[in-house]
Amino acid sequence: MNLQATTSQTVGPFFKIGFSWLYRDQLAGPGVSGERVSISGRILDGDGVPVPDGIIEIWQANTHGKYAHPDDEQNKPAEQGFTGFGRVPTDGEGRFHFSTIKPGRVPGPNGKLQAPHLEISVFTRGLLRRLITRVYFPEEPSNAEDFALNLVELERRATLIAKRIEGRPGELKWNVKMQGEDETVFFDC
Amino acid sequence: MNIRAYRRCAEGTQPKHLHPPYVSSLKRAPAKSLVYLPHTISEVTGPTFSKELVDVKACDLTKQHADAPLGERIIVSGRVLDEDARPVANTLVEIWQANAAGRYLHGSDQHNAPLDPNFTGVGHTLTDAEGRYRFVTIRPGEYPWKNHYNAWRPAHIHFSLFGPAFATRLVTQMYFPGDPLLPFDPIFNCTDDEKARSRLISVFDWETTIPVQALGYRFDIVLNGREATPIEEHGHETQR
Repeated sequence: MNLQATTSQTVGPFFKIGFSWLYRDQLAGPGVSGERVSISGRILDGDGVPVPDGIIEIWQANTHGKYAHPDDEQNKPAEQGFTGFGRVPTDGEGRFHFSTIKPGRVPGPNGKLQAPHLEISVFTRGLLRRLITRVYFPEEPSNAEDFALNLVELERRATLIAKRIEGRPGELKWNVKMQGEDETVFFDC
Repeated sequence: MNIRAYRRCAEGTQPKHLHPPYVSSLKRAPAKSLVYLPHTISEVTGPTFSKELVDVKACDLTKQHADAPLGERIIVSGRVLDEDARPVANTLVEIWQANAAGRYLHGSDQHNAPLDPNFTGVGHTLTDAEGRYRFVTIRPGEYPWKNHYNAWRPAHIHFSLFGPAFATRLVTQMYFPGDPLLPFDPIFNCTDDEKARSRLISVFDWETTIPVQALGYRFDIVLNGREATPIEEHGHETQR
């Protein structure tokens, strides 16, 4: 190592002009296989005030548990047209929404599979570097043995697991609480 | 399956989330400690973007409208490298910036400087095989903000990069040499390490300066490098 990684700086308040050309709120086109889910929620600050100048990026595996990336050498099928990338802004009330498929399980430490999860980056004005978190799925038995969830204190794990919306199959709710009570678990990654 | 983790950033070279002089961080920085996450396949992979996605005209911000934008034309170029000085090829670089008068083409920008109908202030490109990128744009203006009394942002261009993995995602800002506002800017000064801060300042560059046309500024960007040895079944040996 002879260089050091460049310092992060905030996206500031006006990043939507730079990011909007690559918004992706439908991660899986019609031909992509997998269980369809839509996830909506809000980004809230330490006072519970909605964050209108925020953005969420999603990175995920396909339904077979394979990433569309050259370093994923698993012998699992690719899904044509599924890149696994999403990018959605928050609206004036701090709300975001995206649709995708539930990813399959990918390898984790010690030869165990991880529970299905989305990798999430959160960028907002006021954040000097991104926040990194994960979204897990409700009523998923493998959550109990997931290594990353098990790194988290029991009482905080729920912040990483999306919730079903009563009477609306396939629709999940997941909020990002940036600070304070019910603060979302963020990872050093 | 063996995983080669990415290195963590050197101590002091990245801002903490809470930086009180930057007032917007007060209610948005996590209060609880981050949970250290060893890298798995989920963090060492990341989105890739194909040439088909990229608009070749998006790297010249002075030619996106019928007429030329107002302001001083500049060339902003450099290389994207990893910490071992290896080029990061084919990676997406996105930029956005204010116009020459210090105004963004954004509905929330209330600064009473004029918009320029010939300047959007947005670009993107892919790095080449040597990690090189190049934008033609205009020098952005400084502008006031409400962080504190008489607060002004130094001239800057926002940069967004993906790199090869989820772990290497970076958003930063490029500044200009000799800007008198730099010592007073809480965003520029959010990082403890002075050398790390100074690397955010571009360098005036004769080599990329075009006679009678545009001054050149060079801004190299470094993304996290990779651990030398793979971790068997990606255990917890990652360096902190």
